[in-house]
Amino acid sequence: MDDTIASHLASSAERRLSTLSHHLTGHSASMASEIPISALSPSATAGSYGGVSSVFVNILQAPEDPILGVTVAYNKDPSPVKVNLGVGAYRTEEGKPLVLNVVRKAEQLLVNNPSGVKEYLPITGLAEFNKLSAKLIFGAESPAIRENRVATVQGLSGTGSLRVGGEFLARHYFERTIYIPQPTWGNHPKIFTLSGLAVKYYRYYDPATRGLNFHGLLEDLSSAPPGAIVLLHACAHNPTGVDPTLEQWEQIRQLMRSKGLLPFFDSAYQGFASGSLDADAQSVRMFVADGGECLAAQSYAKNMGLYGERVGALSIVCKSSDVAGRVESQLKLVIRPMYSNPPIHGASIVATILKNSELYNEWTVELKMMADRIISMRRQLFDALSKRGTPGDWSHILKQIGMFTFTGLNSDQVAFMTKEFHIYMTSDGRISMAGLSSRTVPHLADAIHAAVARIN
Amino acid sequence: MASPMCREIVASGRRAAAAAWGRTMSTASWWSHVEPAAKDPILGVTEAFLADPSPDKVNVGVGAYRDDNGKPVVLNCVREAERRIAGNLNMEYLPMGGSIKMIEEALKLAYGDDSELIKDKRIASVQALSGTGACRLFADFQRRFLPDSQIYIPLPTWANHHNIWRDAHVPQRTFHYYHPETKGLDFAAMMDDIKNAPNGSFFLLHACAHNPTGVDPTEEQWREISYQFKVKNHFPFFDMAYQGFATGDPERDAKAIRIFLEDGHMIGCAQSFAKNMGLYGQRVGCLSILCENEIQAVAVKSQLQQIARPMYSNPPIHGALVVSIILSDPQLKSLWLEEVKGMADRIIGMRTALRENIEKLGSNMSWEHITNQIGMFCYSGLTPEQVDRLTSDFHIYLTRNGRISMAGVTTGNVGYLANAIHQVTQ
Repeated sequence: MDDTIASHLASSAERRLSTLSHHLTGHSASMASEIPISALSPSATAGSYGGVSSVFVNILQAPEDPILGVTVAYNKDPSPVKVNLGVGAYRTEEGKPLVLNVVRKAEQLLVNNPSGVKEYLPITGLAEFNKLSAKLIFGAESPAIRENRVATVQGLSGTGSLRVGGEFLARHYFERTIYIPQPTWGNHPKIFTLSGLAVKYYRYYDPATRGLNFHGLLEDLSSAPPGAIVLLHACAHNPTGVDPTLEQWEQIRQLMRSKGLLPFFDSAYQGFASGSLDADAQSVRMFVADGGECLAAQSYAKNMGLYGERVGALSIVCKSSDVAGRVESQLKLVIRPMYSNPPIHGASIVATILKNSELYNEWTVELKMMADRIISMRRQLFDALSKRGTPGDWSHILKQIGMFTFTGLNSDQVAFMTKEFHIYMTSDGRISMAGLSSRTVPHLADAIHAAVARIN
Repeated sequence: MASPMCREIVASGRRAAAAAWGRTMSTASWWSHVEPAAKDPILGVTEAFLADPSPDKVNVGVGAYRDDNGKPVVLNCVREAERRIAGNLNMEYLPMGGSIKMIEEALKLAYGDDSELIKDKRIASVQALSGTGACRLFADFQRRFLPDSQIYIPLPTWANHHNIWRDAHVPQRTFHYYHPETKGLDFAAMMDDIKNAPNGSFFLLHACAHNPTGVDPTEEQWREISYQFKVKNHFPFFDMAYQGFATGDPERDAKAIRIFLEDGHMIGCAQSFAKNMGLYGQRVGCLSILCENEIQAVAVKSQLQQIARPMYSNPPIHGALVVSIILSDPQLKSLWLEEVKGMADRIIGMRTALRENIEKLGSNMSWEHITNQIGMFCYSGLTPEQVDRLTSDFHIYLTRNGRISMAGVTTGNVGYLANAIHQVTQ
């Protein structure tokens, strides 16, 4: 099967690539600045009778998303040495996006299956996918799964799974406050606010050590009201790359259980952080092992490279299967008026891979390769800075984990690096290691070195 | 949840949960108070059908197309598009607003290939999660930017419309639509409601093939409705889930929208490719809002993206690629037009067959509504009790409002179905 697929791909890859890029990009509309629209007259095709102004005439243009805005700026830059360290999507050593081989194989299996139909999935999604996803995060032997206590629904990647979970909590949970780490992924506060929850922060990142502010974290969670929801990044914290150790996780777990705080895990990088799917799920499994309840949102965007297919899952671990059944029925009421039922394609790919032991094993190998490449980039960057004698302690580059490094550079230094060295990154100093290659590490090291020297 | 009773149930549940936590934190579930949710009425029909062992069973419940053998269909144009996509080199995130190319093609379908509005870039549009997602984005957008507005929804309508605007916290009212006596449009009452609504009200209109009744206004009636909307400065929001499926011709099925555009209305429109391309599970749709000019359209689009971002970040790529490949390739588009006409024609043929079969049995009731109505559904006029008898005596499955999905009718079962309907209505 592999040879025919390979030749099939080689012969029509050109056509497909151009077709796809044409479909995906299109010219970008010129974005006007934030001015009220009412000053402008309607165009010639506007109706000529009175009162035809738009009801939305006073709408202001929304600000550009800071992360996606980085890529927009990068694309505009003509410099041949530009580097995009903005968005957290994996890139190969050649700087190209990657479709995993197992994903290609799975897609071919699906395409060649003539009985495959595309009708509506159930509201909760592809059942097989849900079971396999729960096993992936909680472990196949998890008592919660064996005892049928887990309600799992397919979600629109991590974002959608978090949103459905948030909406469910706002409707059915007695405590409407969610504590999220400072800092966290920019979309988290919006997701939970729109879900109907009140968002508060707990201390997390310590700029002085560029590591975990464990003391502050424990203090803040201790003073949270009983029952408060706590968002936890399961591994590879975004944007800092700073994770608690297992010992620290155990302390967090004990504290949370003693105060009845409800854990809500965001697992967007399972397998991507350490290279091991099991190791990256330890934090979650620790909480499930103590018999308590929790929520977990999973994303397959990064670890299966399925970004645009929007594949994820939300699991709610309950005390009993009866409760899990009722919870699932209520999750449906959140989903139905949002999008009715989730998209089938990506979930089918995931299920195909997870249930086939050969494909699954291949996946773990490809996953480890991605994680290893990122770890190697960390090593190379650290070594490059050491070689240049760049002032400061850069060991956090090695200690942080996952796709991102929180460099500790300030926004002035970042702006300098963009202007002088064409390095594109978010102004909080976060760099996506996945965007680095052996070829571009020296250039980045030069940029950091210059920025640290010139600007404080 | 809108009703005070619901709020009280939830609040008491919350108090119970808090008390449970206080008593025995380690053994009580946070969710013991959670009630089992009522089953979705439409999907419940299919569940019951699947569970029925009878060899004669017929499913005319859910609105998904079936061929004359009662089998689901993957269109050939879709298969070809998917062959081209498989093994693609890029599954990266779409922009928040979705596939630019798919949106361009979707707009041409709705607004016309040569629409000046498209050329002038006046249409704010985003890819959405099929029709549901498009309606929900609009409802959330309406709530955010016109928080005092409400939505007028036809009576009856697809049940999920009510859920969508409710979850968006937009108050809703209904307007007269279906006339049970004639099993047609209650045009006079509908026009009264339009006239009596406060100026500048938001109305949800089914562009064609009304779900669940199959009753559409005539072209003349649409013109009158449009005129009255002008007088009242109402906002028309079109849900177009069946373009191509009603008459077999997507251009004709967009007539209502084109009339409103000619009259200068700034419409909103939800489009779905679930039925007309058979892409149900891929969740492909488009939400568009016509604005005064390009800058406004850019602003509105940016705000729609802000609503999508905390809901799902960006929409799924696969279905969008299928749609854009088909619509932008002249050969594939022709094939699609043929196939969608084939589906519509089969349904129209089944309407004729069902009506003739019932009439031949000597029914003294009028069954002309079966052929007057259009699209996937027939509002049969059967009472819930008659529907129950259809199910219990004849193993025929449909929703209790008497809605028959004509797509589930085949040459193989139309005689059986006709007889059963005749039996329960004598």
